[in-house]
Amino acid sequence: MDGITIALSKGRIFDETLPLLAAAGITPSENPEQSRKLIIGTNRPDVQVVIVRASDVPTYVQYGAADLGIAGKDVLLEHGGQGLYQPLDLKIAKCRMCVAVPKGFDYQAAVQRGARLRVATKYLQTAREHFGAKGVHVDLIKLYGSMELAPLVGLADAIVDLVSSGSTLKANNLVEVEDIMAISSRLIVNQAALKVKRELLQPLIDAFGKAVK
Amino acid sequence: MRWVLPEAIEDILPVEARRIEALRRRLLDAFECRGYQFVMPPLLEYVDSLLIGSGRDLDLRTFKLVDQLSGRTMGIRADITPQVARIDAHLLNREGVTRLSYCGSVLHTLPAGFTATREPLQIGAEIYGHAGLEADIEIIRLLAEALKLAGLSATRIDLGHVGLFRVLTTAAGFDAEREESVFSALQAKDVPTLRELVQGAAEPYRSALLALPDLYGGAEVLTQARSRLPAEVGPTLDELQRLAVALSDLPMSFDLSDLRGYHYHSGIVFAAYGNGASSALALGGRYDMVGKAYGRARPATGFSMDLRELARMANGYSTKGAILAPSGDDKQLQAAVQRLREQGEIVMRALPGHEGTWHEAGCDRCLVHSGSAWSVEPIKKD
Repeated sequence: MDGITIALSKGRIFDETLPLLAAAGITPSENPEQSRKLIIGTNRPDVQVVIVRASDVPTYVQYGAADLGIAGKDVLLEHGGQGLYQPLDLKIAKCRMCVAVPKGFDYQAAVQRGARLRVATKYLQTAREHFGAKGVHVDLIKLYGSMELAPLVGLADAIVDLVSSGSTLKANNLVEVEDIMAISSRLIVNQAALKVKRELLQPLIDAFGKAVK
Repeated sequence: MRWVLPEAIEDILPVEARRIEALRRRLLDAFECRGYQFVMPPLLEYVDSLLIGSGRDLDLRTFKLVDQLSGRTMGIRADITPQVARIDAHLLNREGVTRLSYCGSVLHTLPAGFTATREPLQIGAEIYGHAGLEADIEIIRLLAEALKLAGLSATRIDLGHVGLFRVLTTAAGFDAEREESVFSALQAKDVPTLRELVQGAAEPYRSALLALPDLYGGAEVLTQARSRLPAEVGPTLDELQRLAVALSDLPMSFDLSDLRGYHYHSGIVFAAYGNGASSALALGGRYDMVGKAYGRARPATGFSMDLRELARMANGYSTKGAILAPSGDDKQLQAAVQRLREQGEIVMRALPGHEGTWHEAGCDRCLVHSGSAWSVEPIKKD
């Protein structure tokens, strides 16, 4: 389309993006929590929002199906970021990527021994890089959710997961033993779109930038 | 899974193949009449020569195999440009300006991205032996001409300069590893990561590197760059300024953090974007040091593009159908067929027993005997 398409995911990212969109003078005409529509109009006829799964946002933007998107750094690291510009840290949907183990498991000793750790995670790329940089051998087990369960039933020694309050870890008798990185959401832009539609996109990026500062 | 091709490898079927081939001829003719001589480097060669002077990314993208005759490792080309540079530096050995063009398949171990094929059909043109901006201007004009020949309407040619990055990182005293990370962050305009990477670097280089991702847009970017970047980058900005003036009739834009292919590029770099394409259609720039790796340093500038992608984006092509002529050796019919073919029409002779299926072969008209002469009429649908 000739206007702007923005890819967003439902939930926390959508809610925390609303004030940023407002700062750019854009108000979505519907709330995706109530509406089942996947394409949502806005008060501006040339701007539309598409609602996709969080982990699909970079893909939509990479292929140019959306010009802009908002995606967590966790998702971007797994995706790889090819074909994307990531000009702004929006400082929303903040949390941390951590290693957690069951209470009583001696993580430091296991790492020092250089033993093969079994690690369950949704974030294979991040986990591979983290343990690779430490020189620790790991067997990665890809899970799609409820990572906390894996160490409890003997599927893994440790997990790599996002932690915000830490209450899920606590409730499942896990402790955080290593902080991998701070996570927040980034504004991502399709590279070709930024070149071809700069006049349309730049004001929006500037408005987001101002709102974040 | 029978007869399924490997991922990101495809057959090109008649309609598309015809468009690609028509465009290939048109482009090569346009190159030729400007003095670009066509060369055909081999599909594979020893990796020592194929990959010399190029970066690790090209190495990873190259399929390799062992030569049973020599025991040496060979690579299937992933980029023709270094091969052409080898031909200029090492084989032709001309003193003056050499203009070369090429067109051929390359193979990539990994798709270059997005919807990319692993077997692009690379077409390009290069000028060797002239260090001045006149060569860059000629090559960018040729690219614009090529895009026009492909029927691409809304395009934009985006200019950058590797020299800016080189000057700034050298002045800031970054080691190779840090330089590499800064490079990746700049390519992604990843300002938050960039900010972390340049922490502690000396001013004014720290702020200058941080300013690069913002410096894109029209020619006004160059004016902004003068005030935001240190004086050392003056000469590179002068070069960009001269190009901006010389090429002001083309849809030019600037992006000072765009450094694609910086591993072998050494000066002006550019990329062409079209409406609706999710990535660049053509890439090019100056690579003065590649010839040195082949024994003779030669100034060089050029561009290349994937002909398949270009043909896919191209529009305004007439896909005129063929004319079906009945079989038989009627003299008048022979003459009519001959005449139509001379006019550039496709005329297919029918073979007996296939009535009603000729539209499959692309026929939309037929030659019929009406009264005393043969005339062309639309095929009647039965």
